Amino acid sequence: MIRVVLPAHLRALARVDGEVELQVPGEVTQCSVLDALEVRFPMLRGTIRDHGTGRRRAFVRFFACEQDLSHEPPDAPLPGPVVTGAEPFLVVGAMAGG
Amino acid sequence: MSGVRVLVGTRKGAFILTSDGRREQWQVSGPHFGGWEIYHVAASPAEPSRLFASQSNGWFGQLIQRSDDGGQTWAPVGNDFTYDGVPGTHQWYDGTPHPWEFARVWHLEPSITDPDSVYAGVEDAALFHSADGGATWQELSGLREHGSGPSWQPGAGGMCLHTIMLHPTDPGRIYTAISAAGVFRSDDAGKTWQPANRGLRSGGLPDEDAEVGHCVHRLAMHPARPETLYMQKHWDVMRSDDGGGSWHEISGELPSDFGFPIAVHAHEPDTVYVVPITSDSEHYPPEGRLRVYRSRTGGNEWEPLTRGLPQRDCYVNVLRDAMAVDSLDSCGVYFGTTGGQVYVSPDAGDNWSPIVRDLPSVLSVEVQTLS
Repeated sequence: MIRVVLPAHLRALARVDGEVELQVPGEVTQCSVLDALEVRFPMLRGTIRDHGTGRRRAFVRFFACEQDLSHEPPDAPLPGPVVTGAEPFLVVGAMAGG
Repeated sequence: MSGVRVLVGTRKGAFILTSDGRREQWQVSGPHFGGWEIYHVAASPAEPSRLFASQSNGWFGQLIQRSDDGGQTWAPVGNDFTYDGVPGTHQWYDGTPHPWEFARVWHLEPSITDPDSVYAGVEDAALFHSADGGATWQELSGLREHGSGPSWQPGAGGMCLHTIMLHPTDPGRIYTAISAAGVFRSDDAGKTWQPANRGLRSGGLPDEDAEVGHCVHRLAMHPARPETLYMQKHWDVMRSDDGGGSWHEISGELPSDFGFPIAVHAHEPDTVYVVPITSDSEHYPPEGRLRVYRSRTGGNEWEPLTRGLPQRDCYVNVLRDAMAVDSLDSCGVYFGTTGGQVYVSPDAGDNWSPIVRDLPSVLSVEVQTLS
């Protein structure tokens, strides 16, 4: 089971309180995790990555195991502790405000 | 008993203000979508319980929310605003070509007759339509692909399509306005478009009366006289009596002919409202006095409306989508400010009072008249 932590605005949008647990078929990558997330929560489509290009939105970051994975290729395997569920995959809104 | 529902979009959420027909006691609901920018909330004239809201922020992009119970509950609908084909370029601020990029939905315009039909005006400027209640969106690309598109340039707020007006009886005719390209008119339900800017003069353009390039801030129309259009331009208040075929200035003796919103009285097609703002670099009322100006003659002759509005030390702005009227027998006029006040006049502008004083900066105000 893959654990995903969403930022507050997206938790509100998806109507979830805490971590999200996902079954991710095949290899566990940024792309496959986000695919599974968007299947379960269609309202999140377009909020983390662009509809057309699939590119990560500029003010969104992906962290796991104390690493910034935002610039890793979307199809690169995620760290083992994320795959086993020992560590969550974090979707983070950049620290900026107004 | 009849009543009103005021739909307010702000920098940090949506608010719904309701009252009975006296418009003295108000209930405030919100914030809905707290923390998000709500550029516009609009109601379907065909099904008044159906509301659409444009919800966006810089982190997570654009969402469209729909309510089918008058704003008590909401659900996200489609948010895929992909331009048709290869979008090409428009001019950037420095005059260089810049790729068309979707930023946000500025304005939602539900159909007059079909509750599932709604138009969206977006930045970078384009017009989208949904025929399924917002679930999916298709660009009416004839507008963006008008031959002048590569010459369009953003205004200070972005290159936005901010005004959509649907003709009350001719389903083929649509008006749009873009900053800073101008007015465009379609007579075939949005397939093809023609500029409708003849008579506009803009000092910021090398050719002051160019066919396109004008920074039109807002259009207004009375449904009983749809050939007459009113416009608040970057500078100048303008009028057309031939459906946008030509325009003439009606600024008269306004203290400033710069401003953003313009509205028409619900029952008097010649009664028009504007909010003069000092200048394009001083976005606050002249002399720190918040005054709505009313013309009862279709322009040129204006009277200040001040009773109940702050007449000293007031430096708020009123944005282009932040003024509306209800259609009760005594026409109510409403506007919201960048200081978070929403004012109502239940008597066509003679007397004003704040409904709320401390909302986030107001982006848009719409009013529903409920029976």
